[in-house]
Amino acid sequence: MFKSGLGRSERPATLKGEDSRLRLSKEHVLKAIPATYNRAHHTFAVFVACATFVVITAGALVTSNDAGLSVPDWPTSFGYLVKVPHFVGGVRYEWSHRMVAGTLVSLTLAIAIWTLLVEKRRWLRWLAVGAFWTVIAQAILGGLTVLFFQPPAVSTAHATVAQTFFCIAVAIALFTGRKWVEEQPQVEFDHRRPSLMTLTWLSIFVLYVQLILGGMFRHHGMSWWPHVLNAVIVSFVLSWTAIRAISVYSNVDAVRRPAIIMLSLLIAQLCLGFTAFLTRVAWGTSAVQPELPMVAATVAHVAVGALLLATTVVLAIQVWRHVPVAFAERVPQARQDVSAA
Amino acid sequence: MNKKNGFRLFVSALAFSGLLLTAACTKNTEQSNNTKEEKQAEAPPATPIDPATVATVKGSVKFDGAAPKPSKIDMSQDPACKGSNESENVVVSGGDLANVFVYVKDGLGNRAFDVPKDAVVLDQSGCKYHPHVLGVMAGQTVQIKNDDQTTHNIHPTPKDNREWNESQPPSSPAIEKNFAREEVMLPVKCNQHPWMKMYVSVVKSPFYAVTDKSGKYEIKGLPPGDYTIAFVHEKLGEQDQKVTVAPKETKTVDQSFKAAVE
Repeated sequence: MFKSGLGRSERPATLKGEDSRLRLSKEHVLKAIPATYNRAHHTFAVFVACATFVVITAGALVTSNDAGLSVPDWPTSFGYLVKVPHFVGGVRYEWSHRMVAGTLVSLTLAIAIWTLLVEKRRWLRWLAVGAFWTVIAQAILGGLTVLFFQPPAVSTAHATVAQTFFCIAVAIALFTGRKWVEEQPQVEFDHRRPSLMTLTWLSIFVLYVQLILGGMFRHHGMSWWPHVLNAVIVSFVLSWTAIRAISVYSNVDAVRRPAIIMLSLLIAQLCLGFTAFLTRVAWGTSAVQPELPMVAATVAHVAVGALLLATTVVLAIQVWRHVPVAFAERVPQARQDVSAA
Repeated sequence: MNKKNGFRLFVSALAFSGLLLTAACTKNTEQSNNTKEEKQAEAPPATPIDPATVATVKGSVKFDGAAPKPSKIDMSQDPACKGSNESENVVVSGGDLANVFVYVKDGLGNRAFDVPKDAVVLDQSGCKYHPHVLGVMAGQTVQIKNDDQTTHNIHPTPKDNREWNESQPPSSPAIEKNFAREEVMLPVKCNQHPWMKMYVSVVKSPFYAVTDKSGKYEIKGLPPGDYTIAFVHEKLGEQDQKVTVAPKETKTVDQSFKAAVE
């Protein structure tokens, strides 16, 4: 029996004939690397994903309170690496963000080393190393945004890479989980077009576009309307994806659950986006300082946005695993024609 | 751990240390840049003005309609901030509008003027900037003081000048800066206290003024001629007036602003 920790190419189930299925299955059993569930490693991976969410929320608090440049130097803070400064005003948000982000770099280094030590799946080891380099790139972007006084493109890249890293952390937590490692995937072929796989990739794409547009607006590089306009497209694509997943593959738990969560988060995110628009754009233009309703609404909007993107990535991974695309078998005409034999 | 993983780990650690070092060096360079005064372009000699013929333009600026209520500032996030808790976006008293920057926008031709050697002072007190609108000549020194028992950061966000951001702890020496290029209503803010905002107007001539609480201004020493006088307010925008002044004349030029349509 093969382990479900295998990649999809190693999965024996295909639409080909019975003989080839058996042959493929055998070959792949021989090639299979037995992944083992490591509870401590998985728990730590989940912890890293949760810590990433905290850092994203802390970053959202910095931007929402217009505190991004309250500590003018980087990588030191007022000349020191870790000395606690006078903890008032914008410094509270910016300094705390730097400290939790620094902790996250250490946690990511730890999960990367741990994964290299205990993990037998080569692609997962690479993913863990990739996570480490992503968090380093993210830290450098954070530094650049301070040193160059928050250029919209750099600050938006900082926001986008943050959520990309969150998705990687969530994926590592998923791949190291007991279900992924020990359970045999329940596979159903997808005959519809566009396939659910295509829809999930499209969902990720429109969410990234939305993330960039939102970041550009938030960092004063663009007007609000492209973000609002794309919200309509995001709502349509994500609803389509979620409804397809829930209605057609309701029997596949691994697909149904993230699809339901994605739809719920989408609704919450639309409500938060509307609230953020009201508090910040419609009512808050002449505010002399960031007020609590606008800070709460925008921070929640960023946090739920990160959860929505991560859930969509999880759905895409599960669809890739459980609902592969079925292709029509292309048998040469001569072999189809019985009389030719 | 096998050899391959060990090597990967070693390379990762090496590259990480390199990045930290690079980042630290970047910071040092930035600090040394910040302490430098902005280089001034070589100024041409000042065009002589006959003091016997100079004129004066003065007047008052009014606000038409009901004055907007000043917004309340919440300074509770820093116990050291004990200033007045009203915003200075639109300061109106009895119809008189304060903090309007008035300057000769056009009509001086290619005249050059000496940059005053005296610095203009921008004070941070009660977690507010004093004055709220400051006029300065291009290249003139601005001395920034901190009279509060808290750290501020001074962060101008110009369009045409160099941007900088420096923190100033309590009781630290004044920061001296200048702005090389003309730029009217250049915003300056403090990211530690998000309500703290003021405007520096950088002009090429000494013919400028800022309206006081009674809405009054006065521009002295103006050579006779035809000029465009601009009245600029941070929220209400800009209004211009053409004016001709004869030798030794004192001309009154009043202006009024209507409430901006939100």
